[in-house]
Amino acid sequence: MFYRRAGIRHTRYQDERQLFPLAFDRGLILTVLAVLLAAPILFDRLWLTGYLLPWLIWTSAALGLNLLMGWAGQIHLGYGAVMGIGAYTGVHLVRFGVPLEIAMIAGGIMSAGIGTVFGAAALRMKGIYLAMATLAMQFIVDFVISHNAAISGGTLATLQVPSVRFLGVPLTSDWATYYFALFVCFVITLFMLNVKRTSFGRALAALREKDYAAQILGVSTFRYKLMAFWVSSFIGGVVGTVLAVAYLRAVSPDQFHLELSIQILAMIIVGGLGSVLGPFFGTALILFAPIVLNNMLGSVAATFGLDLPIDMRAHLPLLAYGLLVIGFLLYEPLGLAKLYANFRNYMLVWPFRHAQR
Amino acid sequence: MDWMLIAELAVNGVFVGLMYALVSLGMVLIYKTSGIANLAQGAIAMTGGYVAWVLLAGLGAPVWLAIPGALVGMFGFGMLIERVALRRMIGQPVIMTIMLTLGIEIMLRGLLPGVFGASVKRLDIGIPQAPLFVADLLINRATLIGGGISLVLIVASLIFFNSRFGVVMRAVADDQTASWSVGIRVERAIAVAWGLGAVAATAAGILWGSTQGVDWSLSLLLIKALAIAILGGLDSIGGVLIAGVIVGVAESLATGVVDPLVGGGTRDIVAAVIILATLLFKPHGLFGREHIERV
Repeated sequence: MFYRRAGIRHTRYQDERQLFPLAFDRGLILTVLAVLLAAPILFDRLWLTGYLLPWLIWTSAALGLNLLMGWAGQIHLGYGAVMGIGAYTGVHLVRFGVPLEIAMIAGGIMSAGIGTVFGAAALRMKGIYLAMATLAMQFIVDFVISHNAAISGGTLATLQVPSVRFLGVPLTSDWATYYFALFVCFVITLFMLNVKRTSFGRALAALREKDYAAQILGVSTFRYKLMAFWVSSFIGGVVGTVLAVAYLRAVSPDQFHLELSIQILAMIIVGGLGSVLGPFFGTALILFAPIVLNNMLGSVAATFGLDLPIDMRAHLPLLAYGLLVIGFLLYEPLGLAKLYANFRNYMLVWPFRHAQR
Repeated sequence: MDWMLIAELAVNGVFVGLMYALVSLGMVLIYKTSGIANLAQGAIAMTGGYVAWVLLAGLGAPVWLAIPGALVGMFGFGMLIERVALRRMIGQPVIMTIMLTLGIEIMLRGLLPGVFGASVKRLDIGIPQAPLFVADLLINRATLIGGGISLVLIVASLIFFNSRFGVVMRAVADDQTASWSVGIRVERAIAVAWGLGAVAATAAGILWGSTQGVDWSLSLLLIKALAIAILGGLDSIGGVLIAGVIVGVAESLATGVVDPLVGGGTRDIVAAVIILATLLFKPHGLFGREHIERV
């Protein structure tokens, strides 16, 4: 219908090698980008800071984890801790007077360093053993952050983020922080779109499918596993700083507990492992489904005069995450991105069911 | 250094460790037969605690009826999880099955406190709380009894593996395809392993629930159980017993000796440190079987 082609017919290799070979896709991407750029004018304040901003930040984080889990096939249950390391490093540097641009990179490097040390354990093991190692990392990092007064300022302390400037623009107004998050998300998305086409991305795919087979093909599993951990943790650290500066504005140890790791994990599973589009969908669903459900339950309870226990509503997000993760793993292991791809493939040749490729 | 205090911590640690080992036992049973690491084990223990609480306090059943009732019910629940969720995942990558059990963990942790309320429930199964003095050692009677029951159950499962069905389960653990071809019903063995795993978790959930109350924090037993399972080797039941004692004593000593030095909270990371150290130095644990990969 909207794609207006029965089958894919390219006449030049350049056409096929494009990131978005179809004209309709290019138009769609540009439209979405234009809407996102115009969002401060189009939407009111609640939508901008309450929904769009967290969506962009959490999507960036999910993209970073997806590089490790979707592309390289390495399980990481401690991504929240990685983000925490980045956030604390970044915030401390900013408080120290370091410009935000450098603090972000430093936060990323710090996360990458520590994340790789724990990931180095991955060189000896995989599967469940790796999951355990990263889970242990989550607890150890949590403990070190919250019990080290030099880092967190004490178990119950919060660390205020001072007003900062990014590329000369002070991040005080809503639109400035929004554009800052949008910029970071855009850069990470662009990187993720292109990483598939590099030798690095292909090596990670080989590693995911069978690591010793990849080794026989001449892919250094040692090197690429470490690199996957490095890059993914770097992104996690940078996003951690962005999260602290643009959204939380005050960091405390409990913001980076296991809950955050599980939330981001759920986002990429629901969205689709190993896809770039997936985290965008998954984040939207995981972030907003509990809110919508909660409001729906609230209004249903109000109309029927039911007395809904407050505990039920408080635990609804966890229940929703769990059900979504189970449901997607059982029925559509490749997530929402796969559902979208199915729809797109159907529409490509519509009204025909199949077309010659 | 107060040697009396250390002895006291060590003795109590042994019993606490045995109670942790009970959660771990189910994990090892499931891993041994099906090769799936069950990250929902802590949440199943929590579910068992809630079920026992509902039977005891909610329905007013006597203890001798409520506990067997909870155990039988949870046996069915474990088999149900395997039948509904895990059986569909045959042939999927390991990463998917781990995520699935984690999904079950998250769901249960949201469901039960949501339905029954998040406040701590008192589970009274008639274990006296008064401390016990042996010479000068002060021993927590609840953990002593709990540890004793755990020890009995772990030894019972060791004996069970020598029974006819236990041999069947060992065969499945050794080679699923080969056992299939000699007429062993592999699915049933795996389902029973899940059922028994849930029973072990429930027993632990009831014992812990009676000492610290039933609420969502019971699902944190997962971390201790993981530490024990990893340290003992994921497929060794004898390993669970010994690793349980080691983890319990280490945790108890850390709480008593290291806490005053660093300002508290070490109890939570002893398990994590043990997991990491085991994986770094002896990835297959003390008694686990090494997997050799050939191309």
